[in-house]
Amino acid sequence: MSTTTGSTAERASEFSLDVERRDVRGAIREWIDRLRGGDPGALPSILGIVVLGIIFSQVSSRFLTSYNIGNLPGQGAYIAVIGLGLVFVLLLGEIDLSAGTTGGMAAGFAARAVFSGDLHGALDAGVYWSLLGFLVAALALAVWLRTWSGAAVILIGLVVILANLDKHVFWAIIAAVGIGAAVGVFTGFLVAKVRIPSFVVTLALFLAWQGVLLFALNSQSINTSNFDLWNGLTQKNLSPTWSWVFTIVVLALYVGYTLIKSITAQRAGLAADTLQLVVVRGGVVSAIGIVLTVLANRNRSSNQYGRIEGIPWAAVIVVVLMIACSIGLSKTQWGRHLYATGGNAEAARRAGIDVDHVRVSAFILCSSFGAFGGILLASQSFSVSLNLGAGNILLFSVAAAVIGGTSLFGGRGKPRDAVLGALVIVMIPNGLGLKANLGPQYQQVITGVVLLVAASVDAISRRRTAKG
Amino acid sequence: MSEPILEISKLNKSFGPVHVLHDVDFKVYPGEVTALVGDNGAGKSTLVKCIAGINGYESGEVTFEGKRVVLDDPRVPTRLGIEFVYQDLALADNLDITQNMFLGREIRRFGFLADGEMERKAREALASLSVRTVSSVRQVVASLSGGQRQTVAIAKAVLWDSKVVFLDEPTAALGVAQTRQVLDLVRRLADQGRGVVLISHNMNDVMEVADRVCALYLGRVAAEVSAKETSTAQIVELITSGRSGDLGLAPATVDKSI
Repeated sequence: MSTTTGSTAERASEFSLDVERRDVRGAIREWIDRLRGGDPGALPSILGIVVLGIIFSQVSSRFLTSYNIGNLPGQGAYIAVIGLGLVFVLLLGEIDLSAGTTGGMAAGFAARAVFSGDLHGALDAGVYWSLLGFLVAALALAVWLRTWSGAAVILIGLVVILANLDKHVFWAIIAAVGIGAAVGVFTGFLVAKVRIPSFVVTLALFLAWQGVLLFALNSQSINTSNFDLWNGLTQKNLSPTWSWVFTIVVLALYVGYTLIKSITAQRAGLAADTLQLVVVRGGVVSAIGIVLTVLANRNRSSNQYGRIEGIPWAAVIVVVLMIACSIGLSKTQWGRHLYATGGNAEAARRAGIDVDHVRVSAFILCSSFGAFGGILLASQSFSVSLNLGAGNILLFSVAAAVIGGTSLFGGRGKPRDAVLGALVIVMIPNGLGLKANLGPQYQQVITGVVLLVAASVDAISRRRTAKG
Repeated sequence: MSEPILEISKLNKSFGPVHVLHDVDFKVYPGEVTALVGDNGAGKSTLVKCIAGINGYESGEVTFEGKRVVLDDPRVPTRLGIEFVYQDLALADNLDITQNMFLGREIRRFGFLADGEMERKAREALASLSVRTVSSVRQVVASLSGGQRQTVAIAKAVLWDSKVVFLDEPTAALGVAQTRQVLDLVRRLADQGRGVVLISHNMNDVMEVADRVCALYLGRVAAEVSAKETSTAQIVELITSGRSGDLGLAPATVDKSI
């Protein structure tokens, strides 16, 4: 033991800030240092949620009821999911203005397929074959660009459409995601290889997909509230039992992972969190998860006949996607390369990273998430309307990511940002909607002000970093 | 004197009709710092890019550790253990020191990044160079000074058991104290048995740290001399006019080049 102490002491003198064993106090100190250093992390968005919560609870006594809170995940899921996809593209310093209308278009084809039971027969021949041709071309492009997972998703979508499986809601949603991936390959190719600025490419596609949506719908909106699974995405809840299963599985995986990581790292003599920190942090996270599940499992119906209980599906979907994105970005080589490309593309290129491949894959993810977001949006608004995904949808999603702390200039951001930001944004129309005599004009002004405040907090904290 | 680890002979390179490098001979010895000096446009960068496999070359022979190699792809020198530290350093500001040092060559366990292991190796690489200016390998590069960045870039080159390290103007943007630290680092790289090539305009740096000096003049090697036996004035003369006393190119060659 004496030899290890000696070498640790020696190392500590050379790398004095490297804490070898991080305990609870160390973790708190590190967090405060980061805050002082100009990296506010999730703090601004959490403060935003708290402040808005306090204001709206004064505006209406109904705001903090569990019925109303239980509606938030369903109302905001599409913003969170489109925002999650945008984080990948924003990390590169690019933008995808078309993510919303891509979602609208993909949802349009999916709804038409389910509604008619036969996409081939329902669509004009020209539209149907154009869709297939587009998917095949995107598939070929994906193979040429060697983005295999993107190619696989497109292929599945193509097979589903050809086999007419998309009359079933589940497969129609898969096909929609496949169409989204195809759009992403196309966008990524134009940005990374043809080198058109992403703003221009996606602005053009933002306009184009709105027209394609009209082709898909044959200019008639389709009601999705009869499609059980589709409608359920934002309207239904897990049963109380399954809610507990979900919470316990997520918490067990989290605590288990941090525990194993701490033990193996300590054994290997690497920098590690102490067991004390792991237990305390795991305990706090578990307590929050358990309290939320208990609250969610109480009946929150406002009338005495119906029962509404359990965690909303939308919350489960968003949490699972957020965890998957976080693992992809922080624990895989691809994620590391994405951050590097966003920080300094030339450095990444010289380090042997295939920068074009990273760019294309980010756009594929963004459009696929956009497509799924479009499905959620349709579910939330009960129909695929003629302008689904147009208007403010995309801007709200970008705002969500930015309010959460993702930079528009690339290199900085987390999936968590999109989810917390989406919560802030969805609280505004929800809270204002409870005050009946307040016009819709307030909603947009207030959303704008919140975004501006978030951007100011971000800019000011950045400036402090620059000063050192 | 030991055998050169990297030997280049009769290397020729043209960009279209412009003949940039004429029969260049260049040797790098293990454990020595070889300075590559020359005026702007003398062909220093072109030579380095040829060795890095970025440019390609028309004719010439390259031997590495006694074996003939063809440097036609950037991956070839990397595989051989030749590393390059470019003037603009090529670091990603938003990543920390460890992440930058392992960029493109991350260590993985079960498909996921092994951050703890990479951190330890980064620390070891910095410690092996006796770096004392960096307090944590988890610092984000954006928060580092110019000298610290240069240190990280050099340590990155050391991490991979490199045998030859090319440093392009490592002190150009640094202050007095930081220049001192980087020059010590350059010396240490060579003392550990690596072949080091220092590309520099600064004669003080060259005379202080280099064992041998190779002066390029208009795409030709004017002379390859021992730093100890040559004065700064002679080297400056070699750089500016291609010859100095008995050293350097024959007057006829010099005239022809102009």
